[in-house]
Amino acid sequence: MELELRGITKRFGPLVANDGISLSVAPGQVHALLGENGAGKSTLMNVLFGLIKPDEGAIYIDGKAASFHSPKDAIAAGIGMVHQHFMLVPVFTVAENVTLGIEQAGPAGLLDRRKTRRDVRELSHRYGLDVDPDALVEDLPVGIQQRVEIVKALVREAKVLILDEPTAVLTPAESEELFRIVGQLRDGGTSIIFISHKLKEVQAIADTITVLRRGKVVGRRTPPATEDDLATLMVGRDVQLRVSKDAANPGEVVLDVEAIFVAAQQDRMGVDGLSLQVRAGEILAVAGVQGNGQTELCEALLGLRPTLAGTVKLNDRDITHASPRDRLRAGIAYVPEDRKEDGLVGSFSVAENLILDLYDRKPFASGVNLKLGEIAKNAAARITEFDVRTGSAATPAGTLSGGNQQKVILARELGREHKVLIASQPTRGLDVGSIEFVHRRIVEQRDHGVAVVIVSSELDEIYALADRIAVMYEGKITGFRDPDVPTAELGRLMAGGVDAVQPEENSPPSSRTDAAASEEQT
Amino acid sequence: MTTPPSSTDPPATSPTAKPPNGTGESSEKSRHRPFGEIFKESFLEGNTFTVTVLALVTATVLGGLLCAFTNPTVLHAPAGSMLGQAWDVASGTYVALFEGSVFNPHTVTALFQQASLSTAIHDGYLSAVFNPLSETAVQATPLILAGLAVALPYQAGLFNIGGSSQFIGGAILATWLGYDVSMPFFVHVVVCVIGGFVGGAVIGWLTGEIKARTGAHEVIVTIMLNYVMQYLLAYLLSSQSLLQASGSPNPITPPIAFNAHLPLLAGTNLRINAGFLIAIACAFGVWWVLNRSTTGFEFRSVGANASAARVAGMKVERTWVLVMLIAGGLAGLAGSAVIQGTDFTLNPNSYGTYGIDAITVALLGRGKPGGVVAAGLLFGALHAGSPGMQTATSTPVQIVQVLQALIVMFVAAPPLIRSLYRLRAARAGGVGTTMSKGWNA
Repeated sequence: MELELRGITKRFGPLVANDGISLSVAPGQVHALLGENGAGKSTLMNVLFGLIKPDEGAIYIDGKAASFHSPKDAIAAGIGMVHQHFMLVPVFTVAENVTLGIEQAGPAGLLDRRKTRRDVRELSHRYGLDVDPDALVEDLPVGIQQRVEIVKALVREAKVLILDEPTAVLTPAESEELFRIVGQLRDGGTSIIFISHKLKEVQAIADTITVLRRGKVVGRRTPPATEDDLATLMVGRDVQLRVSKDAANPGEVVLDVEAIFVAAQQDRMGVDGLSLQVRAGEILAVAGVQGNGQTELCEALLGLRPTLAGTVKLNDRDITHASPRDRLRAGIAYVPEDRKEDGLVGSFSVAENLILDLYDRKPFASGVNLKLGEIAKNAAARITEFDVRTGSAATPAGTLSGGNQQKVILARELGREHKVLIASQPTRGLDVGSIEFVHRRIVEQRDHGVAVVIVSSELDEIYALADRIAVMYEGKITGFRDPDVPTAELGRLMAGGVDAVQPEENSPPSSRTDAAASEEQT
Repeated sequence: MTTPPSSTDPPATSPTAKPPNGTGESSEKSRHRPFGEIFKESFLEGNTFTVTVLALVTATVLGGLLCAFTNPTVLHAPAGSMLGQAWDVASGTYVALFEGSVFNPHTVTALFQQASLSTAIHDGYLSAVFNPLSETAVQATPLILAGLAVALPYQAGLFNIGGSSQFIGGAILATWLGYDVSMPFFVHVVVCVIGGFVGGAVIGWLTGEIKARTGAHEVIVTIMLNYVMQYLLAYLLSSQSLLQASGSPNPITPPIAFNAHLPLLAGTNLRINAGFLIAIACAFGVWWVLNRSTTGFEFRSVGANASAARVAGMKVERTWVLVMLIAGGLAGLAGSAVIQGTDFTLNPNSYGTYGIDAITVALLGRGKPGGVVAAGLLFGALHAGSPGMQTATSTPVQIVQVLQALIVMFVAAPPLIRSLYRLRAARAGGVGTTMSKGWNA
């Protein structure tokens, strides 16, 4: 079966999630879809699986236009999907899960269990899946559960199998097994759409790689493509992002992170002995493909995750083990990566969100008494200052557009007294106008002498903002560079390339003496 | 859509109103639309108020049908007069319910038949007029307090099923202080009420502490603590060296001292007492804490989005402990109100079904203090009016419980009411969706 998408466009308000995406999948081919979070992969797959109707464009199967109104249509057309979160009933057996929804009744309306078990066993044998039809799903390891999902799709005669971030939940050994199975499925004539943001695995199994960024196809490659090349494509560089800014005028070291270790999951280090320093009046941009410890780094800097070893100092005050509240008080402004989950209370009004971390301080509170007048006054001022487009200050923040939500967070964080601004993926999922606004504000902060850390997996953002670039890979900084570094060099560092030359200004000892010197002066 | 009248005539309105900015204009328009139109629009939007009202109406109609067609007289009536009989039974039931809980015209007639007003008052005829309202208030008091004990944690994202354990905790302490200690009149009442709060608060605090420290789900913890407290109470009442009244063969405490009784508010003929004022004051207090205090801001933030609250520097676990402590105290006050207001002794059935009814009241009140008061009064009225129902139309008391269940069922299922009355979906989710969210928190 030949599957083709032509000019798929999907808009959510001002945000274009998919912008004229075309791609075709030949029979017996592994087609990898590579892109960061928010690049539009999931939207595209939801279109393909009949969950979202595209604004423009169409799906063609064997040259004929198909329109899917629900996943049922997609399944009938031979498309199978293995979601990142499995859709299995834990207390049912494998065979029961596989047959769920397509139960076949034998004589007297009884379930034909024997046939299902035979089907599972037969498919399992043909593709080397090694799945026992009688095992309870809840007893199976995650890797096997994933295979049950694959069997489910195959029993429904899927010709095209979509695997959504299939390795995200797997151990390395399980991933290896999955690649072997994918290979066998391909040899059997099934097409695979493999969604991922991991360069290595895409390299390992794809026949064709399509790279998505900001809702557009930015490149197609075949596997001999280098990882540097793919990394560069993926985080790419747009000409439309330009921020006018003067040269930085760095002052003393404000944030001093020394060899910290932060756990990700129980067995893995998210941040692995990382050191960096940020000076007043400079923007340090941390570049890197997502999932290399950036999230853990930001959360540890705010105290949401414990720092297991190393020290974090803010203006020479040791805050390694301080609580989030103490750190906010000490002068950290924080823009979280996941603004809906961590930055806002969606059901609260804009006014309440604007004081979310200031509610118990003057002038918004006296004792335990909230000063509603002050809160309203603050809201009116901030809404004007940051041009938040909202019906009123009483509008629930969750109903605002992404850009306006981010403005609310910025207005709150920057309205507080602060010495450091830590912003993680500050413009992810925003439209171009909002991106410009956010970038302008960040540069403004730098010019006011704030030490700024930007974590971004968007290269154009890194280039637009950075006074200094740090590249993060597997929990470590693989190198510091000036913002005029060529993209290829950053690509090399993002793929784990070792830094041969350590630039003089970043070596910890000298900076620390600088800090000590300036401390003595003041 | 029809154009609002004000927009056809802008020169007349704009000079007087002087809208300060762009947003002023839209509110100006809506202010000048006929009230009926706005009301109709917001009603049809299927907001929570509409849904609640319609749920009550639907439950009343269904309850009436149920009364009528379970009644032997109706069932054995000839086909021709069956509908008339059914109407008589259903309306008779609701009239009796109303007379028992709000106002009975016969009592007024009786009042004016007396020779003089002073003898009427002296003989209790005036009290009889207000007796239904007094009974409603008395029945509502523990329901409001226990309902607040569910509504407050609900705002902080916790589901407090432990009303009865906290009720028992409060009742035990209030009772013990009531009969075992001797104090002057005013002091004794206050000490016992505070004891009730503390007794419940300890149990609530324990729940919060267990959740905060171990991550155990509060639903499980509170359910289990209910059993613990119920059997602890049974044990305490089984031994005369503990709480059991000396010489009594029954599991019951000695009566509390008269000084520990909650003062009656309207003479000795009516049972309404200061407990009702405490309940109303607590409802106001909870409202104030939630909406006007920094503590309440924390509660609501943690309830609505715990991870954002954490990022904003709030201590989520500490909030859980505090909110459960206060909630436990409120349920404990319900225990104190029952012991000190009406029962005066504690027995193994004192906690009744308050723990479960509290959830119902909080659900019907949509987790808001004002709503809890309204729902508590409604359920209090149903309780107060049900004996009269039975005598008037021989409708079993159980029908009232069925009626309550129907109300809650319809309130908890806004989509059902909306589709039944073809209402548009409101923007916010109904309480059914928000209540079920509590389970995942």
